[in-house]
Amino acid sequence: MLSKESIEKIDYELTKYPADKRQAAVMSALRIVQTERGWLSKESMTEVAEYLRIPEIAVMEVATFYNMYDLEPVGKYKISICTNISCMLRDSDAIVTHLQNKLGVGFNEVTPDGKFCLKEGECMGACGGAPLLIVNNHTMHEFLTVDKVDAILEELK
Amino acid sequence: MLHIEIDGKPLEVEHGSTIIDAADKVGIAIPRFCYHKKLSVAANCRMCLVQVEKFNKPLPACATPVADGMKIFTRSKAAVEAQKSVMEFLLINHPLDCPICDQGGECDLQDIAVAYGASGSRYAEEKRVVLNKNIGPLISTDMTRCIQCTRCVRFLKEVGGMQELGLVGRGEHAEITAYVDKSVNSELSGNIIDLCPVGALTNKPFRYSARSWELTRRPSIAPHDGLGSHIEVHVKDNKVMRVLPREKESINECWLSDRDRYSYVGLNSPDRLKVPMIKHNGTWVETDWKTALEFAAGQIKDITNQHGADSLGVLASPNSTMEEGYLIKQLANGLGCGNVDYRLRQTDFRLDGKRVGIPWMGCNIQEIEELDRILIIGSNLRNEHPLLAQRFRKAVANGAELSVVSPLDNDPLMKVAHKVIVRPNDMVNVLGQILKAMSGLQRLSLCLPPSLNALLETITVRPNTQAMAESLAGLAGPDGLVDLVAPKVGLFIGNMALSDPRFTEMYSMMEAIGGICGAKGGILPAAANSTGMHFMGVMPNATGMHARAMLEVPRKAYLLLNVEPELDCQHAALAKAAMAQAECVVALTAYKSEALENADVLLPIAPFTETSGTFMSMEGRVQSFSAVTKPLAECRPAWKVLRVLANTLGLDGFDFDSSEAVKNAIFKGEKPSTVVWRNLNNNLKELVEIEVNIKSDGLQRIGEVPQYESDPIVRRSVPLQKTKYNIRPMARMRAEQMAQLDLVEGDIVLATQDKGSAVLQVKLDNHVAMGCIRIAASHEQTIGLGDLMGDITIEKTSKELYKPYETTMLKVVA
Ligand code: SF4
Ligand code: FES
Ligand code: FES
Repeated sequence: MLSKESIEKIDYELTKYPADKRQAAVMSALRIVQTERGWLSKESMTEVAEYLRIPEIAVMEVATFYNMYDLEPVGKYKISICTNISCMLRDSDAIVTHLQNKLGVGFNEVTPDGKFCLKEGECMGACGGAPLLIVNNHTMHEFLTVDKVDAILEELK
Repeated sequence: MLHIEIDGKPLEVEHGSTIIDAADKVGIAIPRFCYHKKLSVAANCRMCLVQVEKFNKPLPACATPVADGMKIFTRSKAAVEAQKSVMEFLLINHPLDCPICDQGGECDLQDIAVAYGASGSRYAEEKRVVLNKNIGPLISTDMTRCIQCTRCVRFLKEVGGMQELGLVGRGEHAEITAYVDKSVNSELSGNIIDLCPVGALTNKPFRYSARSWELTRRPSIAPHDGLGSHIEVHVKDNKVMRVLPREKESINECWLSDRDRYSYVGLNSPDRLKVPMIKHNGTWVETDWKTALEFAAGQIKDITNQHGADSLGVLASPNSTMEEGYLIKQLANGLGCGNVDYRLRQTDFRLDGKRVGIPWMGCNIQEIEELDRILIIGSNLRNEHPLLAQRFRKAVANGAELSVVSPLDNDPLMKVAHKVIVRPNDMVNVLGQILKAMSGLQRLSLCLPPSLNALLETITVRPNTQAMAESLAGLAGPDGLVDLVAPKVGLFIGNMALSDPRFTEMYSMMEAIGGICGAKGGILPAAANSTGMHFMGVMPNATGMHARAMLEVPRKAYLLLNVEPELDCQHAALAKAAMAQAECVVALTAYKSEALENADVLLPIAPFTETSGTFMSMEGRVQSFSAVTKPLAECRPAWKVLRVLANTLGLDGFDFDSSEAVKNAIFKGEKPSTVVWRNLNNNLKELVEIEVNIKSDGLQRIGEVPQYESDPIVRRSVPLQKTKYNIRPMARMRAEQMAQLDLVEGDIVLATQDKGSAVLQVKLDNHVAMGCIRIAASHEQTIGLGDLMGDITIEKTSKELYKPYETTMLKVVA
């Protein structure tokens, strides 16, 4: 069951579109549910489909298309490091190696305590701040250095 | 009109056409995969790239609208280069397994690759593999072959009405799939096989049984519903291997329902009767035609001589051809017997003799798309007329408002503007309310006859019926923007209403409503030749008995044409009892089955693929077809069997040497269409006595005939039987009803009707109106029950009594 808060938020999104175009709110609805539950299970997708009165497969199409939707558990903090061209030129590789060593996990893996997950991010359109990472799709940290990464991890612990 | 030029050819095209439309019109071939004239434009395969003057990059022909003065080159160097590159990309991940692919020989990818592909691949890396999906018993998948054109996705969404497949993932990981482990359940699903331009979706029952070039393709007409779809039967070694649609825009367009596509499996069933059989002292003995016919004729003669001609009852299936229907009627009449009927699933015959002409659907199939307002009465449209439902879907997509009065709230997969879901018995009252509301609407100038007016006095119009009436009158609904001054209205009455004991009232009400709003429409007859049977009067004469009476007042002898009595008749228990008590039952049948265990002679007749004949569709189209294979073993076309039987009975006037000769006799040498148009008419000569407020408080059965149980051929199509769409008999009811009866899902109940009962499992089904129990008919589990739409009682019983039904087919006799 979607929570009351989620439903309220989804309803608000629905007001942005014509009444017979509920499908238009699918991206927002998935975002809202993911923020609340951490990731999107099959059941979550089904619930979104039912609430929007659209076929489940139509929800799955969207959820699998965008990689900021997580279809598997991602731990408490999902850290996505951009590895695209600008960040790479500003040595994102060093940041990646440092994070992997420090957390002891590779990309798409979760630390045994369920706290951190590393993801390979795509260009976030913020190349001016390269190299960068984003925590839980919401908090972005720019101009990364090894020390800065340590500070961020410390804060999350 | 715009002036353009394609490959140097000057051309005039309409505003809004795309380059591909224009090229198709003049026969210039542009390769394509994702484009299909009946589907929305996706422009995702890029195979149709062409060069256009003044554009410095190739454009997709399927998605580029033409502009005045455009010069298009489909075979220029730039165009061909672009097409070749796309082809190369498409083949990168394609397995190129044509030798083991069913699509080989009829594959767009194969054909276009021959024309545009390179002879070798530059791609030496690993190809991707996509896991196959199990999407049900009708369609095989080989998803590695898929080129992501999304035709299948768009078909199910736009034509089928429900998106059951989707393209999940992105880029290299994109693949077509159903949601988690779901199957594709659409009743039109087989069309995605035809649409798939590669071998990713293929015909499961046909799989690996023949190569396309070994098949002989012969035209025929679909034998199940009244649409009269054009089909192409593919034959190898005198065996039907598969059935495909033949394009006919005004009837089936380029589609086919799954019933018409897959029923052929039933033609090759082990149940087929191969030689005539006679029952001697309770055991079946195979015999030759001469003996069997003489025996049958002898029995019929003896009984009619002894007890009078009306001791014979003749029941003919409305899926029989016109020729067969005509001959069996002549035969009965020749014996002096008026007890002939094709209306096996009807129970209310009060309209007999009151009709002006032959009842039909009241408009052309194509006209449905143009309707503005539609009312459908007592029909589970997708179950009864799967492909016709798609036309209604188009009308609704075009902005038509659909209203439904029915005991079932099944999703028609289109927007329903207004609906009233009530017990069949209350439907008459609801129609009365609509009529009253309509006659009260100021904009309508017509008045009703005083008698009916007085009757309507007693009815109170409710808000929902008022809304329906306003919709039919063209007034703007809650989200309508403008009133329609003269809306095109269509009223249609379906199979559930046709089987109802109060059909007459419903029909008369519909007539009256139609009269007020100037509507088109009529009945949606159930079977391939219902209209034809009515046209020829395969019905009782003035003193004869109708189908129901012949069973209620049992006859001494029966002659059955293509009928399995307990499964094809309205009252299964009555049919069974009548056959059991008869002295002689002569059955012309393509199958031996338990449903014919009470017969005495079985005469093997040829199903539609093995005989020539004619069907008249619901829109009055007379369509003849030839045999596509030779009859199996000793089977013979029924028209020949009837001719010889009549001769053996010593009757005159049966010297037909071909089915065409019979057809000529039917139409008396005139052009069929002329005769038909003169005779089709839904009007009644006079208004029938109508009682609107009949109270009945008990439970009512909704004995719907499941789509894949509708006639002997489909009943034996194993893949159709296995689909999720096929409803199994259970006692289905809504939650409130369950609570009222103190039942829970899974309980075992004894369902009792006037002449018998059945032990069934309770199932929750909130689509069923309160006061109703939905129990599917035409099934071995429910042959103990009575009227399809009759009263029923339900009581809880012990689990031991319940025998879960295992096999999907009737057991073969002897
Ligand atoms: S399965 Fe066939 S029709 Fe569907 S997207 Fe793939 S290639 Fe196209
Ligand atoms: S490449 Fe990293 S943000 Fe653009
Ligand atoms: S046919 Fe035009 S892009 Fe596919």
